[in-house]
Amino acid sequence: MSALETISIPHLPSSMPVHVALYRDVKNAPFLRQQLISGNADFEYALIDASMVLSRTHLLTAVFRAANDYLNGRLKSRNIHSEIVFSFSPTNNIADSFRKFGIADSTTDLLLVKVSVTPEITHDSVAAHLNQSIEGTPAPFDNETLSGISDVSKIKKVYKLGALGSSNPKKAAGVVHDEMKQLELSVIGAIALRGAT
Amino acid sequence: MAPPTTYTPPPLPTPFNNTHPAPTLLTQGAEARLYKTTHLTPTTPAALKVRPSKPYRHPILDRRLTRQRILQEARCLAKLVREGVPVPALLALDWEGQGAGNAHGGESGIGGAWLLMEWIDGLVVRVVLERWERLVRAEGRISGVEEERVRDFMRRIGNSVGALHRAGVVHGDLTTSNLILRPASPGTAEAEEEDGRVDMDGEVVLIDFGLAAQSAQDEDRAVDLYVLERAFGSTHPHTEQFFEEVLKGYRESFKAAATALKRLEDVRMRGRKRSMIG
Repeated sequence: MSALETISIPHLPSSMPVHVALYRDVKNAPFLRQQLISGNADFEYALIDASMVLSRTHLLTAVFRAANDYLNGRLKSRNIHSEIVFSFSPTNNIADSFRKFGIADSTTDLLLVKVSVTPEITHDSVAAHLNQSIEGTPAPFDNETLSGISDVSKIKKVYKLGALGSSNPKKAAGVVHDEMKQLELSVIGAIALRGAT
Repeated sequence: MAPPTTYTPPPLPTPFNNTHPAPTLLTQGAEARLYKTTHLTPTTPAALKVRPSKPYRHPILDRRLTRQRILQEARCLAKLVREGVPVPALLALDWEGQGAGNAHGGESGIGGAWLLMEWIDGLVVRVVLERWERLVRAEGRISGVEEERVRDFMRRIGNSVGALHRAGVVHGDLTTSNLILRPASPGTAEAEEEDGRVDMDGEVVLIDFGLAAQSAQDEDRAVDLYVLERAFGSTHPHTEQFFEEVLKGYRESFKAAATALKRLEDVRMRGRKRSMIG
């Protein structure tokens, strides 16, 4: 069974669907990371540590930022897939963004993103390649699964949102749901503003 | 000469020229156009603000001004979301606009920076108050219950403005058209009052930060309040008597409110143009 979901973002050309897969209990992260480092073109994916992702919208926001910079010829990194990892970052340091959001040898929950930037990249081609390359358990790419994976305190730290909500004592009945919504929206704002001087 | 044709709005910047379905134009101002579109899924509505480049300006100056202004707005929105102030969240942003990535710095002059925001459901406060005034005129009197409802609504307006100022941002153009009453339960906003009541429940959300700035000065805060007070006086004469409730709500919402309100008395005497000191 393939876990690959193909998403078309309303603002991107219809020829540019986005393929996303979530794997848990990944066993071969060091191998995948090595392919990335050696620049193996077959493994050109955005490989993201799923514990750094809050929600579907969080991931799609980074994808959209990278895709817009790609469409405008403004990539800061090698290709759209590395740019997706970089787009998660609130700072301009590319290497640092890979350390924080990218795959590490110890990664067990992995999000893979591939954008159809050429017609050869299709749902089937990506699914086939993932099936034979990833040693892990496919999981649905939904908010429920992600919320069980994401490391909220680490995410808050990376985005420097530790004090979030504390300056807001009025919300006595401030349910956890509202707090997560505010965190997600704050993170999205940070992604949008990266690089603004 | 070509015969008059139907109006076609100017083209949208990349990537929104791909958007399906196409964004719908809501309003057009001197500085920006506002569209309704979707966020990253077709079911999440979003507001798109486009600041087109102005061909009569020198291209370098134009890019700098556009960039400065859209960034100012975006930074204010992002900050206010972090502080928990009711405003539309910043969702995505492009301060360079298309064509700016060219090797020689984008001399093409296409420009067009944009900002994507959370969609806020509800009616602008101006419309809510107009409906309410119409009702009052029709009935010829205000019942005690009705008066308390309006007063409570006014206090919530004051609370929202207070939360904004507490966060260190001033709006710069506070009118009743830049406040949206977001209904507590979605879908009730558009319904015209049917039982002889105007729905005033919900949260007052501040919109349009195109002229906003980060400031914690009493003068800037007082000018915000003064502009809002004048807006009430001129557009909603029946509600002017309740404006004190806005100030009451404001006073309750943060500590430094008292000094800003004191400054408001000075501003009332001289108008919003600041005195030329220093």
